[in-house]
Amino acid sequence: MSWPVLSVKDLTITYNSSAGLVPAVRGVSFDLAVGESLGLAGESGCGKSTLANSLLRLLPEGTVTSGEVTIDGQDLFALSPGGLRAVRWTTGAIVFQGALHALNPVQTAGRQVREPMHVHETVASDDEARVRSRQLFERVGLSANLLEAYPHQLSGGQRQRVLIAMALACDPQLLIADEPTTALDLMVQAQVLALIAELREESSLSLIFITHDLSVLTCVADRLAIMYAGRIVEQGPSMDVFQNATHPYTKALAAAFPTIGDPASRKAPSGLAGDPPTPGALPSGCPFHPRCPLAEDRCRTIEPDLRSSGQGREAACVLI
Amino acid sequence: MLTTEQPESRGRTRFILKKMLGSLLTLVFVLVFNFVLFRIVQSDPIGSLFRGRNVPAAKIADLRTAFGLDESLWVQFWAYVRQTFQLNFGISYQSRQPVWNEIVSAIPATVALVGISAVLSALIGTVGGVIAAWRRNTWKDHAITSGTMVFYSMPDFWLGMILLVGFAVVLGWFPVGGMTDAGTSATGVALLLDRIHHIFLPALTLTLAYLGEYALVTRSSLLDVMGEDYLTVARAKGLRDVVVRNKHAVPNALLPVVTLTAINFGFVLSGAIAVEAVFSWPGLGKATADAIRGPDLPMLQGLFLLFSAAVIFFNLLADIAYAWLDPRVEGA
Repeated sequence: MSWPVLSVKDLTITYNSSAGLVPAVRGVSFDLAVGESLGLAGESGCGKSTLANSLLRLLPEGTVTSGEVTIDGQDLFALSPGGLRAVRWTTGAIVFQGALHALNPVQTAGRQVREPMHVHETVASDDEARVRSRQLFERVGLSANLLEAYPHQLSGGQRQRVLIAMALACDPQLLIADEPTTALDLMVQAQVLALIAELREESSLSLIFITHDLSVLTCVADRLAIMYAGRIVEQGPSMDVFQNATHPYTKALAAAFPTIGDPASRKAPSGLAGDPPTPGALPSGCPFHPRCPLAEDRCRTIEPDLRSSGQGREAACVLI
Repeated sequence: MLTTEQPESRGRTRFILKKMLGSLLTLVFVLVFNFVLFRIVQSDPIGSLFRGRNVPAAKIADLRTAFGLDESLWVQFWAYVRQTFQLNFGISYQSRQPVWNEIVSAIPATVALVGISAVLSALIGTVGGVIAAWRRNTWKDHAITSGTMVFYSMPDFWLGMILLVGFAVVLGWFPVGGMTDAGTSATGVALLLDRIHHIFLPALTLTLAYLGEYALVTRSSLLDVMGEDYLTVARAKGLRDVVVRNKHAVPNALLPVVTLTAINFGFVLSGAIAVEAVFSWPGLGKATADAIRGPDLPMLQGLFLLFSAAVIFFNLLADIAYAWLDPRVEGA
């Protein structure tokens, strides 16, 4: 655990939409060491996918970003267009959600896996790219004849594996997995998670795993960060955070999943009333206070920063 | 699920065969419809030959026998089908020449004029649409969208007249009509230059008139594709913006444009009736306009059949192109 592969400091991202400025990420900071894996969880709209895309500067034009992102020692926001392209996929690669149209429908899977190798010249010839793409397919558990298949000929699980193979094409140091198991059925979800866990064991791959499904993260993440309304509200070692949450929001998230071996929780997985706030119209004070069962008067006015809540743990709540 | 290469290519072959059969059936329908249509409009073909002049009844009866009009409809239909396949479309009322000869002699002029315009408008329009969409809401987009919209909304013959008056009559830069200078004995390069001089204004008219459709369809199709995740993926891979556009966005956006192009090419033969008339361009369009004025019914019947066949043929070509470009077209 030395030089962090990724360092995010006070990152703020504001979308410039027709409805005005919409804050999507509001002051997020974290470090990711080589080989470390960070799970990022939260409800839809909490800013986690925006955060993921910003790490390779993939946000739409006109988006206002401030703060600092250092990736492999380079200041992300100071990179020239050419320098940025060179960082993309070689230093950090993204595994997109395969159920969406993340694969080009008119190109074969193999061609899309080989494309970044040619762009970044990590292979000397097309033959080498073909050999490497066959190895990658084998690595992610796909038969080599699927290289010639078009995306519509693949199942959801196969498409997700293609996207993982594609992300590994240039041997990145950092893998950003944005909801890679969402919309897959449970068996396939487990296979994909096992595959990602294996990949981490084999190499010093750093991982950011984004999901709304907290239970998924305990298998793949060393550390957990819970996001709410564009901020990290709690972070710490993943089992500690999951089993012994300190922030009321994390408690509610964790309680939404039944615990194996605890029949009482299985009978009554509790939900959380209300919807997450719209980023364009956040409540005053702590943005969670309208849904918080423990909210006090001061929560309406004070938005607490992260503070230590135990060994290696932080939470943003006035009660801590 | 794909196991080997074979099922996919079989699926495509089946798709193409199905489309060919469909085209053939449409052609048969057009053949029958063309026959019925002209029996309905043409109540007294012999009478229209004399335009109300006094002609002895015996002469008329002779002519009815000569043209086979005293036979039953079925016999007439059979003769029509047989003669159509022999490329015998009858004799033009106006020129007294076989309709087929008249049509064949007018084809090159039309194919040259409308062919050039169709290719130019498809190329320029598509490129314009791609630029407009990729740089949407910039001055480039506004210039391309509103510029092509202006020409798109103009009637083509009206645009032709304006250009004719402006560049041929007032400025005198171009000839007012025809395909070559009257009585010219030019050959070789001189003849070619003369032809280009003559074709310029009508070709410009048609290119401007068709341009807008391509630009607008390409633009809206590309805008749809631009929200797709695979473009974000392509950018994330470190591709240059122009590669993302040309390799990932445009191939997906061009699918509807391919159909439009093929359908427009189907109108290459019939496409320019009004514009050819404006510029006295001696092609099928002008032949049609002249035949309508007659009315020269055998000529019209032959032209209609040819125009329909061209549209059917290019629609088939569009389907085949689609199957080749879009791997998802299989058993569809």
